[in-house]
Amino acid sequence: MKTMIDGEPVYFVDGARTPFLKARGKPNAFSASDLATHAGRAVLARHAPDPKEIDEVVLGCAMPSVDEANIGRIVALRLGCGHKTPGWTVMRNCASAMQALDSAAKDIVTGRANLALAGGTEAMSRAPILYNDDMVNWLGDLNSARSTKAKLKTVAALRPGNFKPVIGLLHGLTDPIVNLNMGQTCEIISHRFGVSREQMDEYAARSHQRLAAAYDDGRLDEVEPLYSTNGKVLAEDDGMRRDSTPEKLAKLKPFFDRKVGLVTAANSSQITDGAAMMLMANDEALKRHDLPVLGRLVDVEWAALDPAEMGLGPVHAATPILQRHGLSLNDIDIWEINEAFAGQVLACSAAWQHDDYCRDQLGLDRAMGELDMDRLNVDGGAISIGHPVGASGTRIVLHALKALERTGGRRAIATLCIGGGQGGAMLVERTG
Amino acid sequence: MTDMNDTTDKHWRLQTDDDNIVWLWLDKLGTGTNVLSAEVLIQLNDILADLEQSKPRAVAVCSAKKSGFIAGADIKEFVKLTTPDQAYELIRNGQRVMDRLEALPCTTVAVINGFALGGGLELALACDYRVVVDDDRTRLGLPEVKLGIHPGFGGTVRTTRLMDPLAAMDMMLTGRGLRVKKARKLGLVDQVVPKRHLLRAARMIALQPPKRKGRNIKAKALSMGPSRALLAAQMEKKVGQKAKKEHYPAPYAIIELWKKHADNPTEMYEAEARSIASLMCTESSRNLVRVFNLQDRLKGLAHKSQFRAEHVHVIGAGVMGGDIAAWCAMRGLNVTLQDREAKYIAPAIARAHKLYKKRLRDPIKIQAAMDRLMPDVKGNGVRRADVVIEAIFENVEAKHALYRDLEPRMKPGAVLATNTSSIKLETLGEALADPDRLIGLHFFNPVAMMPLVEVIRTESSHAQEVSKGLAFARQIDRLPLPCRSAPGFVVNRVLMPYMIEAVRIAEDGVALALIDKAAMDFGMPMGPVELADTVGLDVAASVAKVFEQEFGLEMPDALTKKVAAGQLGRKNGQGFYEWRKGKAVKPDADTDDMPPNLQDRLMLPMINEAVACLREGVIEDQELLDAGVIFGTGFAPFRGGPIHYADTRGHQEIVTVLRGLATQYGQRFEPDEGWNNLLREPDAA
Repeated sequence: MKTMIDGEPVYFVDGARTPFLKARGKPNAFSASDLATHAGRAVLARHAPDPKEIDEVVLGCAMPSVDEANIGRIVALRLGCGHKTPGWTVMRNCASAMQALDSAAKDIVTGRANLALAGGTEAMSRAPILYNDDMVNWLGDLNSARSTKAKLKTVAALRPGNFKPVIGLLHGLTDPIVNLNMGQTCEIISHRFGVSREQMDEYAARSHQRLAAAYDDGRLDEVEPLYSTNGKVLAEDDGMRRDSTPEKLAKLKPFFDRKVGLVTAANSSQITDGAAMMLMANDEALKRHDLPVLGRLVDVEWAALDPAEMGLGPVHAATPILQRHGLSLNDIDIWEINEAFAGQVLACSAAWQHDDYCRDQLGLDRAMGELDMDRLNVDGGAISIGHPVGASGTRIVLHALKALERTGGRRAIATLCIGGGQGGAMLVERTG
Repeated sequence: MTDMNDTTDKHWRLQTDDDNIVWLWLDKLGTGTNVLSAEVLIQLNDILADLEQSKPRAVAVCSAKKSGFIAGADIKEFVKLTTPDQAYELIRNGQRVMDRLEALPCTTVAVINGFALGGGLELALACDYRVVVDDDRTRLGLPEVKLGIHPGFGGTVRTTRLMDPLAAMDMMLTGRGLRVKKARKLGLVDQVVPKRHLLRAARMIALQPPKRKGRNIKAKALSMGPSRALLAAQMEKKVGQKAKKEHYPAPYAIIELWKKHADNPTEMYEAEARSIASLMCTESSRNLVRVFNLQDRLKGLAHKSQFRAEHVHVIGAGVMGGDIAAWCAMRGLNVTLQDREAKYIAPAIARAHKLYKKRLRDPIKIQAAMDRLMPDVKGNGVRRADVVIEAIFENVEAKHALYRDLEPRMKPGAVLATNTSSIKLETLGEALADPDRLIGLHFFNPVAMMPLVEVIRTESSHAQEVSKGLAFARQIDRLPLPCRSAPGFVVNRVLMPYMIEAVRIAEDGVALALIDKAAMDFGMPMGPVELADTVGLDVAASVAKVFEQEFGLEMPDALTKKVAAGQLGRKNGQGFYEWRKGKAVKPDADTDDMPPNLQDRLMLPMINEAVACLREGVIEDQELLDAGVIFGTGFAPFRGGPIHYADTRGHQEIVTVLRGLATQYGQRFEPDEGWNNLLREPDAA
C-alpha cells in the first residue's frame, strides 16, 4: 500500500503566503524569487532558528524566469540560509508547490533533513513572450551572413509575420499531447457530468464572497503584506471582487470554447503572481528549536488520468487516501480542492456521486457520496484568490491547516488537478 | 628630510625574478597601511639609484599590505612643519623621487591592489603603467583638497596630462575617489583585472608593454592656453558655490596652477611645490588636518568593545526610525522594522529603495539590501535582535509600555537603545528591570547624510552597554560621540541658542537672507533660518520649549506664530521662507543693511553654549566637543570647531564681546562661567 503513515512523523510548523497579484498584461513589480523571499522570511522571522539551521529549501515553480534558474537555491540564499544550505526546484505543473512539500517530507522521513523550508512561487505575469520559429531562423541567417550583399538579402527577407510573438503562458496552459487548453478540459468534464453555466457562475461568485468574508473576519493571517518600492502596501489578493454576483458573471462570454462553451474567464481561476512557504520539521528539530506545531502530514497520493479530463485529478488522488484510512468524504473536516475552474470542482463533486464513474474509474463498489459544500473551500479559492500555478499547492495545504486550527477540526485534505492529467492530494491533521 | 636612525629598518623589499623583472614591495614597518613617510621616500630613492645601475628589464611597484596600495603622505609629518620653506624642501624632495622613478629607462608598472590615494596615487602616476584590482570598494583619488592643500608630488601635473584635463581637475577639486571602472574609463589606469590575475597582468605588461595612444584632440584643445583661461573661470565659479576662497584657498590654487603652468611641466612642478608649501602652513589647512584627526579619534572610540551586531530591530518607522533601519540594512545588517500597521512602514521601504538605488546602484546589491530590510508589524524580530532601537513618538508612557514589553523578549546581551532627543534617559529607564542597560543612540536627519551619532549614557549606565553603542555606531559607518544624558545632548544644545537668536534677529527687522548670509560667511554650510525651515518649525519649536523649561531660554514669538499658522517650513512649502521644489526662495537683501555685529550675535551664543556643555560635563573634553559640533552641525570645518575657534580668537575677546551683547540684547548673552575654567588661554590671537 502506498502510504507514509508508518514513517517518522513530519510536522508543519507554520507558513505564510504573499497576497496573490493578478497578471494584468504587463510584468508585475515582483519576480518569483522576490515573492518567495517575502513569504519565506516572514515564516523564518516568526520562529527562532537561524535561517542557517535550515537543512534544505525546496521550491515549486512551473515557469521559472530565465534569470532564476534553480530558483530554490536562489531563494535559499536570499533568505540568508547561507552558503551551506542546499536549495532545489521541483516542477509538477499546477501541483509544483505540493510536490515541494512532499519532496521535503520524503527527505524528513528518510532522515536526510530535520528542518526544511518548502513552498512554491510563480510570477505568471512575467511569463516570457518568445520569438516565433521564423524569426529565430531569420536571426540565425542574419548572424551568419558575412558579406554586405548577403546581409542586405537577409534583411530584405524579413516579413511582418516574423514579429508575431509566441505567448509563453498560453503554450504553458495547453496540453501538448491532446492539444487542448486547460479551459477546454474543463468543458469536457463539465459536459460529462452535466454541470451548467449557472452552477459555475454561482460557485464562482460564492468563492469571492467567501474570500471577502475571510479577510473581513481576520481569517487569513497567513497572508503577509507585500511592500512595493514606491511605498504601497499590498495586503489582499487583488483579483478579489467583493461585488461579484452570479448575475454579473452570467454576462461574460465563454473564453475557451468560443461562443458555445460554458467556461468564462470569471468562473476560472485567475492568472496571478504569488508565493507560499512552509517550515517543516521532524520531532528532533521541533525539540531542538522549540518550535510550535500547526499540524502533521499524514498521507500523500499522486494519481494520473486521461489528460483530456485532468480536472478530475482530485477525485483520483483523494479517494485512495480516504480508503487507506477508512474515511468517508465527510469524515474530513476541511476540504481544499483547488479551484482551477468552477466547472472542474463541481465535476469532481459530481464524479464522487456517480456510481458508474466510481466503479469504472476508482474501482469502488458504488458512488463515494456527496461532499458537504460547507466544508469545501470555506474561505474562497483560486477563482477569487488566483492560481499562481507553482504556488497554489502550498497555499491550499497551509490554509487547510489554518482553517482546522480556527474551527477546531481534526483532519483536512488539500488536493488539486494537474495539467497533463494528474491529481495530487495531502491528508493533514491537527495534533494534540 | 628627517634622518634615518636605523638603516636596517627596511620598508621596501626587492625581488628579482627569472625575467629580470624587479618586484618592489612596500611594506611599511609598524603599520597596517602604507603611507609615504619621509623615510619610505628616502629608502625608495636609494633603491632607485641602485636600479639605475643594475638596469632590470622592468620594475613593478607593489604593496605588501592587504588593506590596499598606499594611503598617501604621512599627515603626522607635515603638521610638524612650521615654515613654508621647510615644507617646500620636503615636497621638492618627494617630487624628485617621483621624477627619478618616472625617468627609469625600463618599463615601470604600479600594481594597485586596493586604494591608492594622494601621494600613493601620485607614485603610481610616476610609473609608465597602472594595473588595478577589480574591486568595487577600491577608490583612487587625490583627496588633498579636503585637508586644505593639493597634490604635491606632481599630481597636478601628471593627472592633467594623462587624463581629460576636466576630469583630472574635477578629481582634484572635489577630492572624490574614483571607482576602478571609472578610473579606467578616464584613462587614469591602464587595466582593471580580478585580484587573482593582478600579478600576471603586471608581468604581461612588463614583458610586452602595450603601445600608448597619444592624447585625443579634445584633451589637447582643452589644454590650450585660451581654453584654460575660460575653463578656469568656470571652475572658480563652480567651486565658489561650495567654498569661499578666504575659507578654502586650496581648490583655487589648483585652478591657478593649471591655468598658469599647464604648458610647462618643469615650471608646474616647481609651482606646485611652492603652492602646497604655503597652503600647508595656513590656519585653514591646519584646522582641516585637525578635523581629520578628530574624526580618527571618534572612530577609535569604537575599539573598546568587540561587539558586532548581526540583527537590528527598529521600532517606529517614521522618518528617523525608517531611515535608521534602511541605513543599517545598507551597511549589511539584517533589520526588522516595526510599526503599528503595514501602512506606516511602507513609506520607509520606499525611501530605503530610493537610497539604495542612489548609493548601491548595482541591482543585485539593491536586492540584497531590500531582502535584509524586513517590515515586521508583529515585532517578531525582537527576540533575534542584537540591537533594539526605539524611535517612536516622544511620549514617556508609550515608551515605558513598549520597554516593559521588550525587555523580557530580548535576547541576553542585546543592546536596548532609544533615539529620543528630548526625554531624559533616566526617566525612560524607569520602566526597565535594569534601568542602566538603556542607552541613547541619537541619529540626525537625514540619517544617510549626517555622519554623527550621539551615544548617550546616564551617570549610572553600564559602561559595557555604552561601549557596545559606540562599536555599533562605528559598525554602521557612523561617527560615535559619547555624551551624557542632558537636554539637547551636544548638537541640539549648541544649535538651539543659535537658531533662536536668528529668529530674534529677524524679529528686530533684519532681512532673513542677511542672517543666513552672516552664518555662511562664517563658514556654516547652511544659514540658521534655512536650517530651521529644513528641520521643520514644529520640531524646532518643540525642542525650543524644552530649552525654555530647562535653561530659561525664552521662545521667540515669531516661531510660536509660524507654528500656530501651520507654516512648518520646507515640508509644507512655507516657513520663514517660501519653498519651491525643495529650495528656499530668498528675497534679495542689501548687504549694506547688515548690522556690524550680526555674525557675533549669531555665532557666539553657539560658542558660549559649547563652553557650557564642557563645564557641565555633557561631553568629556574639548576635542570631542569640537568633533561633535563639526560633524553634527557642519560647523565651519576650516575653523577647527567652536572651542578651537575660541582658542584662536582669544577667550578674553569673546567674553568681552559677549558681555557687550548682553548689555545690548539681554542676559542670554552673559558669558558662561565655564569660560573661567578653560585652561588654554588665547594663543597669538
